[in-house]
Amino acid sequence: MTANNSLTETGDLFALYKEMLRIRLAEERLASLFADSAVPGFIHLSIGQEAVAVGVVSALNADDTVASNHRGHGHALAKGLDLSAFYLELLGKDEGLCRGRGGSMHVADLSKGMLGANGIVGAGMSIAVGSALAHKSLGGGQVAVVFFGDGALAEGLLHESINLAKILGLPVLFVCENNGWSEFSATREQISFKFESLATGYGLNYMCVEGNDVRKVAAAARKQIADTRAHSVPSVLECKTLRVRGHFEGDAQKYRSIDGTEFEDHDPLLVAARAMQADGMSEVDLADVRRLIDVEIDVAVEAARKGSTPSFADALADVYAHQAGA
Amino acid sequence: MEVINYGRSLNNALADAMADDSRVVVMGEDIGAAGGPFGVTRGLLDKFGSERVIDTPISEAAIVGAATGAAMSGLKPVVEIMFMDFSTLAMDAIVNQAAKAHFMFGGQRPVPMVVRTPHGGGLNAGPQHSQCLEAWFAHVPGLKVVCPSSASNAYGLLRAAIDDPNPVIFVEHKGLYAKKAEVENSQSCQLIGKAALARVGTDATIVSYGAAVSTALEAADLLAEKGIEVEIVDLQSIQPWDRDAVLDSVKKTNRLVIAHEAVEAFGVGAEVAATIADIGFEHLDAPIVRVGAAFMPVPFAASLESGYSPNASDIERAVKRTLY
Repeated sequence: MTANNSLTETGDLFALYKEMLRIRLAEERLASLFADSAVPGFIHLSIGQEAVAVGVVSALNADDTVASNHRGHGHALAKGLDLSAFYLELLGKDEGLCRGRGGSMHVADLSKGMLGANGIVGAGMSIAVGSALAHKSLGGGQVAVVFFGDGALAEGLLHESINLAKILGLPVLFVCENNGWSEFSATREQISFKFESLATGYGLNYMCVEGNDVRKVAAAARKQIADTRAHSVPSVLECKTLRVRGHFEGDAQKYRSIDGTEFEDHDPLLVAARAMQADGMSEVDLADVRRLIDVEIDVAVEAARKGSTPSFADALADVYAHQAGA
Repeated sequence: MEVINYGRSLNNALADAMADDSRVVVMGEDIGAAGGPFGVTRGLLDKFGSERVIDTPISEAAIVGAATGAAMSGLKPVVEIMFMDFSTLAMDAIVNQAAKAHFMFGGQRPVPMVVRTPHGGGLNAGPQHSQCLEAWFAHVPGLKVVCPSSASNAYGLLRAAIDDPNPVIFVEHKGLYAKKAEVENSQSCQLIGKAALARVGTDATIVSYGAAVSTALEAADLLAEKGIEVEIVDLQSIQPWDRDAVLDSVKKTNRLVIAHEAVEAFGVGAEVAATIADIGFEHLDAPIVRVGAAFMPVPFAASLESGYSPNASDIERAVKRTLY
């Protein structure tokens, strides 16, 4: 099955391009902050995969929910996380989205329907299924989406989650970001089946798209989400994409030989830029966008650096939620 | 006062909670038409329909993971895990997801959910259907762990667990489901973290919870025949547990025994003993003694299982050790 390209207007593509560029530049800035030791811990960048996050989220309503994975910055920013609060969290500040308790692998903003990045491979699947159960039960018409990588195809929870969603008739879209890598190993050496065979085996509506073309991702996501929402059924979208960086920042990647050129023709930003230029967009216009985003990031990072150190006592007092009125 | 069994008390709590709050849903294996393997959810499907009484496939990991996602998205799910031994299959959802979501996301939202599950032996159910694993969960910040000892407190504790804004592991005992007790008509929520006195005494304190409270009461009768009056503190809630109630009793008796069915090593008793040794040292006239199961998987044969589970004589002996 192939997606019809319903996004023909440069205006639509320009909005998607800006969102992808914002994620790209935000992560590149993060990489340099990490290299300077300003960002502690582990970070996993989604550079090269921006079209999946932006394309899928462009097909969602604001109150739809998203469960993500360890490579979740793009999903989070696409779902509307405030950029300053994002950097504040990554720098471990009290004003961060998670008050400095979660960091990169746990960025979340439940008020925006972002149910969290997740440090456990595959764990977002059942969380999204449960969120879809709540949507169905509460009758608000929302859908839930889970993003996971091809490495997660090896997790047993995939089977349980898809089967449960199918049996209960839940509105959840399973989005596989297939970048060919399961952490430090080639997925072709790890997975013995085609995801399409598995998904269709459960009777799910499956689509596969060129995941580095945001127009194709957005069009396919709209189709799948419309079906999922209208009929309260799970569906699947597989996006073929590329992981440009290592599994985590600092990964020497001795398990693969790359020089960067293999990504060029498939860079989602270039794919989108070429399409817009063919439609009359100028280099100057594109450079202006980049400048504006750079300024936005400068401001956000500066604000983040000035964030306050979280209080240990506050954290300790917040291990449990307190009864309303108690 | 009416006299009902433990299973019915839990069933009433579920039905009343569901009637009071449409966000409460129950989900688990065979809980709908089948009414649950121990009958705790019997009748709920007819009363509330399949949208709120959700029969699930045999998928413990996905059920508890889904409950977590549902709790983060506006429902108050009550999950049944058929045997506590099967909670091992849902450990990521319980420990890494549900327990941490409130804290890890900076307190953005509570995760109001309950995992009901029966523990304990006595049915010759063997090594994988009899374990008492509550100490594992009590060790995880973010989880609460509750364990009612009879029909009398089962209702109030389950209502409290469902009302709680945190994930609560609600541990039932298979051997108690059919046991009857007096239950107050004006059944109300109890406070999680509050212990109750199951017997008043002066000579030694026995701290216990769950079905072991009945065993401790038997031991108390044996001791009373010899003129020894023990006080029994029923913890009711294991995480958090009521230090003040235990300390108050120890101040009176100056002797402490902790008895539970779970394996003694690294158990709830160890935590209670260490805490009281620290904060109540000056009130103790004897070493604290623990009574728990032997350090072995729960054996199948009745002859082996009866040796494995602590009985009233074991508790009686432990109390006597503190009364040298």
